[in-house]
Amino acid sequence: MKWETVIGLETHVQLSTASKIFSGAPTAFGAAPNTQASGVDIALPGVLPVLNKGAVERAIRFGLAVNATINRRSVFARKNYFYPDLPKGYQISQYELPIISGGTLDIVIGGQQKTVRLTRAHLEEDAGKSLHEDFRGMSGVDLNRAGTPLLEVVSEPDMRSAAEAVAYAKMLHSLVRWIGICDGNMQEGSFRCDANVSIRPMESKTLGTRCEIKNLNSFHFLEQAIAFEVRRQIEVLEDGGIVVQETRLYDPDKNETRTMRSKEDAMDYRYFPDPDLPPLEVSEQWISEIGKTLTELPGKYRKRFVEEYEFTNEMAYVLTQDKIRADHFDAFWRRLLELTSNVDRLERVQAANWAMVKIGAAINRSGLKIETLPPVSLATLVARILDGTISHKIAEEVFGIICAGEYNVDAIIDERELRQISDAGIIEKIVAQVIAANHKSVEEFKAGKEKAFNALVGHVMKATQGKANPAQVNELLRKKLSG
Amino acid sequence: MLNFTIRQLGAELAAKRVSSDEVARYFLQRAGALGKVLNVFISFDEEKTLTQARAADALIAAGKATPLTGVPIAHKDIFCAKGWRTTCGSKMLSNFTAPYDAHVIERCNAAGAVMLGKTNMDEFAMGSSNETSFYGPVRNPWNMETVSGGSSGGSAAAIAARIAPAATGTDTGGSIRQPAALSGVCGLKPTYGVCSRYGMIAFASSLDQAGPFAKTAEDIALLLNAMAGFDARDSTSLERASEDYTRDLAQSIKGLRIGLPKEFFADGIAPDVARAIEQAIAEFKKLGAVVIEVSLPNMKLSVPVYYVLAPAEASSNLARYDGVRYGYRAPAYGDLIDMYKKTRAQGFGAEVKRRILIGTYVLSHGYYDAYYLKAQKLRRLIADDFVNVFKQCDVILGPTSPTTAFKIGEKTADPVQMYLSDIYTIAVNLAGLPGMSIPCGFDGNDLPVGLQIIGNYFAEARMLNIAHQYQQATDWHMRMPPETAA
Repeated sequence: MKWETVIGLETHVQLSTASKIFSGAPTAFGAAPNTQASGVDIALPGVLPVLNKGAVERAIRFGLAVNATINRRSVFARKNYFYPDLPKGYQISQYELPIISGGTLDIVIGGQQKTVRLTRAHLEEDAGKSLHEDFRGMSGVDLNRAGTPLLEVVSEPDMRSAAEAVAYAKMLHSLVRWIGICDGNMQEGSFRCDANVSIRPMESKTLGTRCEIKNLNSFHFLEQAIAFEVRRQIEVLEDGGIVVQETRLYDPDKNETRTMRSKEDAMDYRYFPDPDLPPLEVSEQWISEIGKTLTELPGKYRKRFVEEYEFTNEMAYVLTQDKIRADHFDAFWRRLLELTSNVDRLERVQAANWAMVKIGAAINRSGLKIETLPPVSLATLVARILDGTISHKIAEEVFGIICAGEYNVDAIIDERELRQISDAGIIEKIVAQVIAANHKSVEEFKAGKEKAFNALVGHVMKATQGKANPAQVNELLRKKLSG
Repeated sequence: MLNFTIRQLGAELAAKRVSSDEVARYFLQRAGALGKVLNVFISFDEEKTLTQARAADALIAAGKATPLTGVPIAHKDIFCAKGWRTTCGSKMLSNFTAPYDAHVIERCNAAGAVMLGKTNMDEFAMGSSNETSFYGPVRNPWNMETVSGGSSGGSAAAIAARIAPAATGTDTGGSIRQPAALSGVCGLKPTYGVCSRYGMIAFASSLDQAGPFAKTAEDIALLLNAMAGFDARDSTSLERASEDYTRDLAQSIKGLRIGLPKEFFADGIAPDVARAIEQAIAEFKKLGAVVIEVSLPNMKLSVPVYYVLAPAEASSNLARYDGVRYGYRAPAYGDLIDMYKKTRAQGFGAEVKRRILIGTYVLSHGYYDAYYLKAQKLRRLIADDFVNVFKQCDVILGPTSPTTAFKIGEKTADPVQMYLSDIYTIAVNLAGLPGMSIPCGFDGNDLPVGLQIIGNYFAEARMLNIAHQYQQATDWHMRMPPETAA
């Protein structure tokens, strides 16, 4: 039987407020255990929560960015359960009335755009951390994280493969960073996914029984865990079994999911409205003020990149991972279009691709920040390749000079005499010299060894400090050798 | 000094006829003697008290005194006070020293009041007789065999026995008014949100409200002036302009429209209590008030509604007492769950456990709609009754409690009987209205009867005016238990 995978994600987005959602304690990561926990965070007798306006503001930003409904009135509820890292014995969350309802997020999968519907997004507080190692048979509790503001974003079960789920998670990740509500640091737990996975026969319209997989703190784990879980569920069903609704934990070391708790053990959280917090009312005016501070969203950039610049959806997606990069590319491309209006589009794209690869490598190698490279310099560099002023090889050298902090590309080329040699006479002379000096290579080439030809090209390039036009060198050399 | 009001004591202090230090020592002495017999206090800290008294004397000398400066005050042990053991009447917090001050404590300290000690109370304020306290029941100064009422039993008894001229309490379903009535003193529960709940250990958050105890309406007004005020640390605290609760005391009550809900005078009220209330109403008529019969048809639902909502909130509020971070932890246990079970089984008393169980039950999946949600809807109806009644009258009068003080142990075996002793007070909490109790006579056994005054939202100043005018015409409030004067 052919099976269809159905996935919905619940993502905990840690909001980038300086203080916690219900207390004034700082949220900075990595402090010594329990040094960032106030009386409210450790749930002393008599303390009360006070809502952090910054967290609400960020939730609204998100809602606006995904075209959701911002609920003018939402309610905080208590989710009751006992655990040492949950100091109050309940988590304050939003249950029946969340601040954000609906909304959509567009993802790109297989070059195609797909819209994933969002169910809701609600505000809640994070729990602390239980540490089960290093305490000789005891457990430690660190409450620094307790009370950290989270926006839990719940999608509809609209994803149909692990790849789609990853594409969605990545898109959400880039969006929350773009709009400045989350630092996106997955190692520090600022962005965590739980996946609801089920399968059903290909043509079926009803949903299968789902399992919730927890502990997916990287895109790789998300993909692996879903892949494993889908295989597991197919095996269960094809062996005549039934999938049991349960919560499963992903173990990245063994690359498997295993039962955490079954539906029968599911806790009764006894949700009820938190009497310490009046319903959250947000005014139309506040929403519109927040809307004014939202900068152009990635969707708009992508639309421009695809429709005006004629890039593929995938390319547009890659270029809009974050706002700095998207702005940078936008400026670069506009300038390049100005400088190379008479150039064939494909050639321009190829040259630009070359530059992108070089920039990417430089960023990876030296931690270079893209915003330190003026888009105008990079556009001029690519334009000089396209107009034949310099070769790719020389362009690499110029790129290195730009990285080092010199930005006037034409001045760099002139002052260092890097202009490409395209004078056939000069190249012919050097080709002749090289042929004369490398008998062995010439013989080998004539015996059919193509490699030897490359060696001869190399000699010519070396003799011109790389400035000879490579196409001309090739042509002249081949002519001479066959002549 | 024994029977001085706060106003009188303040005048003595201001005139430097007595020092705050002397006043503090006088009341500390009473607290240690009669107070011990009555079991009024859970904690004393003489050194802290005298340090505050010296500071008060310095303020008086510097001419910076407020009406409360140098006045000893007994705080219910539900308020966190920095450096003070704060037990909430429970074994669970028997070893807990608060690292911060509640807003009410801050305000009283700022006014220069001198903290005499932490008063006994029902465990986590759950009780109507002070018998659920881990530290034992408070004895009623009018009759040692009877209860002082609860949950603020220690504070009420402290005023009645002239162990403190001022005290604080909290009222979730009558915990200020009922002990005030049973102990023959004045107590006021303000409109919900007038006093900050910050630092006040939560029982049922949507109902809990702090308020003052004293001998006279005027003293209540002076105390409330200090206690009330907006506090950003409590999201249910109301942001309003501060008011002087003494401002209307002297006004005539001629033409005052008093509403008498017929439900207050139906079955269950003790004849002696009914008679005392009737006499009080006759007194008000003499003062020029007009009496109207009104009805609160849904009031009969208030006890069942309360015993769904208050336990529901309590079951969640008390989850933090888990033995992990502070407070009591069972000395021996196996795994984590066992630690929780033993800690909570040993740390909480029977009444607290009963309410946690009720609360957990009514919030459980499948029961929530039938109990919690239903109760919330009924709460609204109960509140609406008051809104309608206040269209017809300015104030509601009636009994505070159906009976006078009952014998220690009389009702402990029957929780429902105990719960019914708050039948006249609970609806006020459910509606969030202000209510107070003032002494209005005695029953055949010389036990005090309390008259309840219920006002519209934020009508505290008016209620105090009415009480003050009554107290100008009567002297019930200045009567002392016989053994107190000895």
